[in-house]
Amino acid sequence: MAGSRPLGGVLDVTSKPRLAVFKFASCDGCQLQLLEAGDRLLELAGRVEIDHFLEASSRSVPGPYDVGLVEGSITTAEDAARIRGIRAQCRMLVTIGACATAGGIQALRNWGRLDDFLAAVYATPETIAALATSTAIADHVPVDFELRGCPVDRSQLLDLLTAVLLGRKPHVPGHCVCVECKARGAVCVAVAKGIACLGPVTQAGCHAICPAHDRECFGCFGPSESPNLVSLTGFYERRGTPRVDLVRLTRSFNAAAPAFRAESDRLEAGP
Amino acid sequence: MSQVRRFEVKSLARVEGEGSLRVRVADGRVEIAEFSIYEPPRFFEKLLRGRAIGEVPDMVARICGICPVAYQLTACAALEHALGVMVTPEITRLRRLLYHGEWVQSHGLHVHLLHAPDFFGVESGIALAASRPDLVSRGLRLKELGRRIMEVVGGRAVHPINVAVGGFHKAPQAAAIRGLVPDLEWALTAALDLIGEVRGFGFPGQPRDYDGVCLRSEEGYPLDEGRIVSTSGLDIDIAEYELHFAERQVPWSTALHAVMLPGETPYLVGPLARMNRCHDRLPSQTRQAVEACRIEFPFRLSAQSIVARAIEIAVACEGALAIARDAAADVTPCRVAWEPRAGIGSHATEAPRGLLWHRYEIGDDGLVRHAAIVPPTSQNQAMIEADLKAMLPAVLDRDDAAATFACERLIRDYDPCISCATHFLRLRIDRGA
Repeated sequence: MAGSRPLGGVLDVTSKPRLAVFKFASCDGCQLQLLEAGDRLLELAGRVEIDHFLEASSRSVPGPYDVGLVEGSITTAEDAARIRGIRAQCRMLVTIGACATAGGIQALRNWGRLDDFLAAVYATPETIAALATSTAIADHVPVDFELRGCPVDRSQLLDLLTAVLLGRKPHVPGHCVCVECKARGAVCVAVAKGIACLGPVTQAGCHAICPAHDRECFGCFGPSESPNLVSLTGFYERRGTPRVDLVRLTRSFNAAAPAFRAESDRLEAGP
Repeated sequence: MSQVRRFEVKSLARVEGEGSLRVRVADGRVEIAEFSIYEPPRFFEKLLRGRAIGEVPDMVARICGICPVAYQLTACAALEHALGVMVTPEITRLRRLLYHGEWVQSHGLHVHLLHAPDFFGVESGIALAASRPDLVSRGLRLKELGRRIMEVVGGRAVHPINVAVGGFHKAPQAAAIRGLVPDLEWALTAALDLIGEVRGFGFPGQPRDYDGVCLRSEEGYPLDEGRIVSTSGLDIDIAEYELHFAERQVPWSTALHAVMLPGETPYLVGPLARMNRCHDRLPSQTRQAVEACRIEFPFRLSAQSIVARAIEIAVACEGALAIARDAAADVTPCRVAWEPRAGIGSHATEAPRGLLWHRYEIGDDGLVRHAAIVPPTSQNQAMIEADLKAMLPAVLDRDDAAATFACERLIRDYDPCISCATHFLRLRIDRGA
C-alpha cells in the first residue's frame, strides 16, 4: 500500500479543499467513525468543504473533488462502473476500511458459487444483480492511500485527513499488533494462554484490544508488512490447533487480502 | 390518456445505507410507491454457514456499524438457547449496560445529526451546529457517552470485541463502569431536557393508526426479553415468530419485506411501536418527565419518532445509571462455559430501530448449519410504503422538489438502516408521460 510518501498537495491557500465521501457494499461503520468524530468533525467541517457525504448531509455538490473517501467493496457491475466515475472526479482517492481495502467479510463469497449465495437468501434470485466476487476498490481503479481496519480507527482517520490537508505523511504504522500488545503491557495470549492469535501477522492500529481482552486477534486491520503466515500457522498447528480452525481464522474480515488469502488457500489445499 | 406525474429521489441522504423511492401518480391517485433498497446484498445468512459458534458475534456485528451490539446480543441469546446455556443475572446486567450504550449512541446520532435538521430546515447536523450549537453539542456529548459505555463494556464502540456466546471474553472493569456514573447523571438530566425540547417541534403528516410490534416483558421497558406483542392484540412467544410473520421478496428491492400473517399486512417496529405499547413501563424519572411535558400516547405521526427516541435515550441513561451505580466488583465468571453441540435456537431483542430476530441451527459438527436474520428495516419497509401512499396525495400539488423532500423526510422518520436491511433511497415519482 502507498504509505511511505507525503499525501496532498491539495491544500490550496486560495480555497478550502473539497471532500466527498462515497459508500459501496459495507456496514457504514467506517463512515460512522467520521460522522461520530464529534467536535473534531465540526472542526474539520470548518476547514474543508464537505461537498458530498450522503450519510451526514442532504447537500450534495457535483465534483470534481479534491479528496474522495471511499467505504465499501465492489460487488455489482453498476458499482464497478460507479467507482470509475468517482475516480475521475477525485484528485486524491482514499479507501477506508476492510471492505474497501480487501473486499470485507462479504468477500467470503469469492470462495463459493454466487448462485448458492443467491438461492440461500432470495426466493427469486434472478431479480438480484450481483457479481460473483466482492473486491477491493484498488482492484478496479488506482488508489492513493488505503486505511485499514474493520472498522478504521477514528484517530487514524482524523490523522489521515490532517495529513491530506497539510501535505504530510499520515502516521499509520505497518508493524504488527504484537508491538501494540507490548506497548500497553498486555500479556501475550498466544504464549501464555495457548490461543491461536493473528497478532504477529496483523497490522497494528486497534491498540491490541483483543489480546487485552484475553482473546485472539482476528485480523481486523489485515496483514502487516511482510507477514510470515506459514511459520505462524505451522506453529499453531504443531501445538494442536486444528487446520480447519486456522483456515477460518485467516478467512474472515480481510479474507481476500492477498497474504491472508494465500495462506487460507494453502492451508485448505495442502498437507 | 391519464395524467401521470413522476418523482424520483435517486439517493436519500441522512440515512444509513443506500436506497431510492419510485412513485407513480395517475389522475391524482398514487398507484405505486416502491421504496427500494439498492444496497448491494452481502448474503450474511449464507456467510455464516460453516462458521464456528464462537465466531458468530464478531461476524454479525458487521451487518451494521450503527447497531452492532443489537446483532451481537441477539445472536448470543439465540445461540445460547440452541446450546442450552443459561447466563447469570450479572452477565445479563452487563449486556444491558452495553445495549443501553448502543441505544444512546444510535438514537443520539439519529436525533441530532440525521433527524433534527429536518425540523429546522437545514441540510445537516453540521449546518444545525451553526444555528443551534447548544442542541448539537449536547447531542454530540450524549452520543460520545454512548460510545464510551460500549468501549468500557464491549472493548470498542464500532464492532465491539468483548461480546461472546456465554457472556464476555474478559470481565469489564467494575471501577471503569462506576466511573461512568457522573457522566450518566449529567446524561439523564440532558436527555430529560431533550424530551421537553423535541416535544415542542412541529410534526407534519396525517395521523395514522399504526399496528406496532415489539417485545413486552413482565417488567421494564422492552429490551432483550419478553413476548412479542402487537397493537392489534398479538401476544406470542419469541419462538413462534415465524408462524406469525413472513419475509417476501419484492422485485424492486434487495431487502426482503416482512409482513404479518395471515393478512400479509404491514406493521411497525421501533421507537414508536415500543412507546405506544409500553409507555406504562417507563422508568420513574423518565416517566415523571414525560408526564410533566404532558406527552400524550399513542403517537400517531411518524415524525413524532424523534420524541420517542428522546424518551428512549432517557430510558437507556436511567437504566445504565442504575447498573453502573451497582457495579461493585468485576463479574466472575464473566462467561458461562459451553461445548459445541447440535441444536436449534432463536431469539429477538429490541435494536434501536426495532425488533430484531435471529434463528440458528447448529450441526453435529458444532458449526452453523443455517442462519436466519430479520432486521428492523425489512420489517418497516412495507409500512414505509403504506405511509408514503397515505401521505402523497396531500403533497401532490407541490413542485417536485418539495414533494420529494416530503417523501425523504417521512422515510428519515423511520431511521431506516439500509446496511442492516442486509439486503435505501432513489426516489422516482412518476407523475406522467
